[in-house]
Amino acid sequence: MAKWLNDTGSEKDVVVSTRIRMARNLEGYRFPHGMSMEESEELTHEILNTMKNFSGNGDYRFIKMNNLSPIDKMAFIEGHVISPGLIQKPDYSSFLLRNDENVTIMINEEDHLRIQSILPGLNFQGGWELCNEIDDFLEENLDFAFHGDFGYLTCCPTNAGTGLRASVMIHIPSIVLTGYANSLVQGLNKIGLAVRGIYGEGSKAVGNLYQVSNQTTLGDKEEIIIEKLNNIIHQIIIKERTARNTLLGTKKDELEDKIFRSLGLLKHSRVMNSKEAMVHLSNLRLGREMGIIEDMEYDDITKLIIQIQPASIQKDIGEDLSKDERDIKRAELLRKRI
Amino acid sequence: MLCQNCNQNNATVHYTKIINGEVDELHLCEECSKGIDDFDASFSFHKLLTGLIDSVQAEPIERQDDDIKCKFCGLGYREFKKTGRFGCPDCYNSFKSRLIPLLNGIHGHNTHIGKVPKRANQEIVKRREIDRLRNELDILVREEAFEKAAVLRDRIRELEGQLGRE
Repeated sequence: MAKWLNDTGSEKDVVVSTRIRMARNLEGYRFPHGMSMEESEELTHEILNTMKNFSGNGDYRFIKMNNLSPIDKMAFIEGHVISPGLIQKPDYSSFLLRNDENVTIMINEEDHLRIQSILPGLNFQGGWELCNEIDDFLEENLDFAFHGDFGYLTCCPTNAGTGLRASVMIHIPSIVLTGYANSLVQGLNKIGLAVRGIYGEGSKAVGNLYQVSNQTTLGDKEEIIIEKLNNIIHQIIIKERTARNTLLGTKKDELEDKIFRSLGLLKHSRVMNSKEAMVHLSNLRLGREMGIIEDMEYDDITKLIIQIQPASIQKDIGEDLSKDERDIKRAELLRKRI
Repeated sequence: MLCQNCNQNNATVHYTKIINGEVDELHLCEECSKGIDDFDASFSFHKLLTGLIDSVQAEPIERQDDDIKCKFCGLGYREFKKTGRFGCPDCYNSFKSRLIPLLNGIHGHNTHIGKVPKRANQEIVKRREIDRLRNELDILVREEAFEKAAVLRDRIRELEGQLGRE
């Protein structure tokens, strides 16, 4: 579960994870939403046959979507290993997962191929290299749909061009507490960046966690798209650290109280829903960021944020649970781990 | 900032549309944004996109729109307008004339300058190479490095010759 968190990364006091995703399609096939089962099988076969000869970065296992239980599917989504779009047509879709779970090659999501890397902390360069290596290999062996003017052709015109979406998940409680979150989100939108909750489009920002990504994919080189985003994220990191210091200077007692109350609840509660747990885990992370709590690593807290999600809890226990049962097991897990 | 519709609640939904440099902004509260098709609570990008497809199409094209069909997959342009999704990569060629304003609307650009697959059409690769060498040539000429520039110039001519023959 969330094995990808074992990797290294920087700026972890603000940046939880970095994700790079490339959308690619093969010539001669319809896009997944309109393809026949035979077409889907042929396409999957062609991709798998090619990947067999990939001797690059690590071992991959092949997972068919319709071989997974509903809980397994959701747990992969909660762990950010696959995207929610991949479970829309389970008879058609599948994925290749690298053993350390840092890299996923999704087959028949919205596009024929979605090459994704996810790494802890801020690490655009590492993520880009992982994806690019696979892309380089695949493009030597497969005919990617490409147009001289429009670049890589994708199912939705919002991904055309580079097909590249770079995103980071940031934890910015101090910006939120000092009242600057709305203006930050507006500012990011104005310069063409998308801001979402932690489970992508349509999801709400809970636990002071936001996902920031490039909105446009056509007209800039890949490296420039990443560099622009990287520069903006560095500014956000500075803003968060400044806000954190301001809070420490002006509201230390209030903050300590808030953090230790959350710690108390996490350590002793008997029933806890996921939303409440997210709020307290966010406070715990804030405590770590401020140096008030010292004996937990950032990645351990991130792991908990994933492990307390509904499907991940059930996967951990190994059985289907009702909502009430989950809330009890969640509290149990938190008591054990904190 | 107050919602532009009700002037009572804070505006929390912001929509900026930039088409050919013209900026159009809309600021609404969550409640008012629900009343507009483009803005449901989930703020679906596909929904926004289909609105954009309508707004960037010039009217004359709309009138003569007897629904072009993609030659490969048979998807009609009208269907694409509804869903915001193409049927196959060939749709880009079939609908090409209408896509330039659309891509401008979405990305503010209509030409890809990034990575090119190694197996892509050699013509694209050569044109890219010529563009790249021309930029380098400009720099060398400015720096008065004429000998190096002459080498590049010959290489550009060679590539142009190859393109002419293809």
